[in-house]
Amino acid sequence: MPVTIKVENLKKSYIIKHSGEGYVSLRETISNNVKSTFQKTKNIATLNHIEKAPRKEEFWALDDVSFEAQQGDRIGIVGRNGAGKSTLLKLLSRITEPTSGRISIKGRIASLLEVGTGFHPELTGRENIFLNGALLGMARTEIKKKFDEIVAFSEVEKFLDTPVKRYSSGMYVRLAFAVSAHLESEILIVDEVLSVGDLQFQKKCLGKMEDVSKSGGRTVLFVSHNMGTVNQLCNKAILLKSGRLTDIGQTTEIVRKYLKSGTVNGRIEKDSIFGTLVPFIEFLEVGINETGSNDISISPSSEIKITVKGYCKSDLEYFRSGVTILKDGVKLFSLHDNEEPVPLEKGAFVSQFTIPKYFLRPGDYTLSIFGHDNGNLRKGTEWIYGNEILIFSILEEWDPINDPHNEGIVNVQQLSTT
Amino acid sequence: MEDLNEFDLIIESGRSEKNYWNDLWRFRELFLFMAWRDILVRYKQTAIGLAWSIIRPILTMIVFTVVFGRIAKLPSEGVPYPILVFSALLPWQFFSNSFADAGSSLVSNSNMLTKIYFPRLIIPISTVIVNLVDFFISFLILIVLMIWYDFVPSWAILGVPLFLFLAFIVSLSAGLYIAALNVKYRDFKYIVPFVVQFGLLVSPVGFSSSIVPPKWKLLYSLNPMVGIIDGFRWAILGGKNHIYWPGMFLSIGITILILILSVRYFRKMEKTFADII
Repeated sequence: MPVTIKVENLKKSYIIKHSGEGYVSLRETISNNVKSTFQKTKNIATLNHIEKAPRKEEFWALDDVSFEAQQGDRIGIVGRNGAGKSTLLKLLSRITEPTSGRISIKGRIASLLEVGTGFHPELTGRENIFLNGALLGMARTEIKKKFDEIVAFSEVEKFLDTPVKRYSSGMYVRLAFAVSAHLESEILIVDEVLSVGDLQFQKKCLGKMEDVSKSGGRTVLFVSHNMGTVNQLCNKAILLKSGRLTDIGQTTEIVRKYLKSGTVNGRIEKDSIFGTLVPFIEFLEVGINETGSNDISISPSSEIKITVKGYCKSDLEYFRSGVTILKDGVKLFSLHDNEEPVPLEKGAFVSQFTIPKYFLRPGDYTLSIFGHDNGNLRKGTEWIYGNEILIFSILEEWDPINDPHNEGIVNVQQLSTT
Repeated sequence: MEDLNEFDLIIESGRSEKNYWNDLWRFRELFLFMAWRDILVRYKQTAIGLAWSIIRPILTMIVFTVVFGRIAKLPSEGVPYPILVFSALLPWQFFSNSFADAGSSLVSNSNMLTKIYFPRLIIPISTVIVNLVDFFISFLILIVLMIWYDFVPSWAILGVPLFLFLAFIVSLSAGLYIAALNVKYRDFKYIVPFVVQFGLLVSPVGFSSSIVPPKWKLLYSLNPMVGIIDGFRWAILGGKNHIYWPGMFLSIGITILILILSVRYFRKMEKTFADII
């Protein structure tokens, strides 16, 4: 298969300014120039070469990334937030320029980095299809030809002449995806946008992406935090960590590596924890049955004890933590450490959760941890969470209770005995 | 190893993409789509939409006629003062509105800049196209004025498209500069209204440029709008005022110069827009 995307030693750096302001004011530039000229003259005059303490810091969003994609490949790009996934997509979509390195591309690119950018809320669905198509580089005749297909796929026939500001977020994403997916291009780039739509539509989009790559020979690059969908759609995956490409290969293998990257020997990686409670709560360690290694295998006949250790930075009026068990990206159930959020004092805390023996049947599972306050009507619940930060497996040990003849994910004893 | 020529597009740092102008051509319909969007949105959001393009120039014309024509009693070159004023107001309003709109266009479309690729030149250019539509609407008022004053234009009116083209270039060039600068330094947001106000007074809008002393004329023509406004007057008033040719050529020369400079500056800055906006 011919190579359609070739990325060589790609680097992208941003300058982070510590003075706060996002944009430079003219006064600042002028005064800096004057200052530095003055400083230089002074340095020359006094023969001193003391450098000013840097107020700016260089940040490498992408650091020496190289890979190739072949025609028909569906490549999943996975990594924690801030790993450089979106930067990579932005460089591929030509929105921003690399600092160094090279990208070679064969064919046209259609990219969908955000739902409905380029949609104007005052315009109707019909008008926005044309506008968005034109923004993606489609000719009017091409849009006209594809118009019915786009409308049918997005299921918004009834609302075609309604301004899109009246659309639900689901309708918005359906229309946006439909326009991008129907553009005649050789490469389709989709950032995590499908999470907005409902499950049924997500499936439809995944199906469409699979379809365009298999029968249309298009290359698909797909970013998602949902490992289930990555596994389902992609035949290859790339793992990014702090701007570096740490692995590329078969999807299942990469996804496993990604899931393992949430913790290192039980210590929770800071970059995998998010939420509005981050300033108050730190999740430090997570372990199962006293082991915090990256390869946890548990016999079905033993109880599963999950321990989460954390630190509370200031007294909280209401807080409780919990864990969620997932299989293939689908949440199975959650456990809480308290019935209701309770006061939590400043200092270290330990939460424990127990899953009874024989409950989970053999297979791979992932664990998410979370915490939240009691929520109030005015501002809603405040959260902290780390999605799928630990992976563990239940060993294939069969016995009359964990009966090999049963099917499913969990053993429910009442059902099996009656 | 693949031969590099096999690829359609090479993205590298500092590589002025050879296909930029090809892309601009490929996206040519987007100019009209963006302009069409802005016009559509304006008329959907405002109560009297279209009427604003008529009310604004008429009110300005009345004020100028009273202040300069009646109170200051400036010479009118033998034509009705309202027509004298309006023939200059047409290009001036086109310039000032295009300049201001183009200048803020990138910042107000910042969400697109950070999420979709297309040649960025399209955004400021399409805002100038929107103002071109306003220009044509205002032109209808001029026709009504001519009928009212029983004023018959001469063949010189055929020169209007030429001077309109020049006005388009000047507005676009100035707008491109400000648009690119505005992305980096938001200070320019405050400079634009000042330039527009100041420019209205130093350009021969409310008066004829014939009142400028001859020895200052060439210097005066450094303002490219002087040549354009004089050109409009000449075309509309049927050659009743004569064109000061050295000044006209100077204006045209400066127009071309700032067009080249502004496009170059815009192209240079364009690559960093998404990062710094």
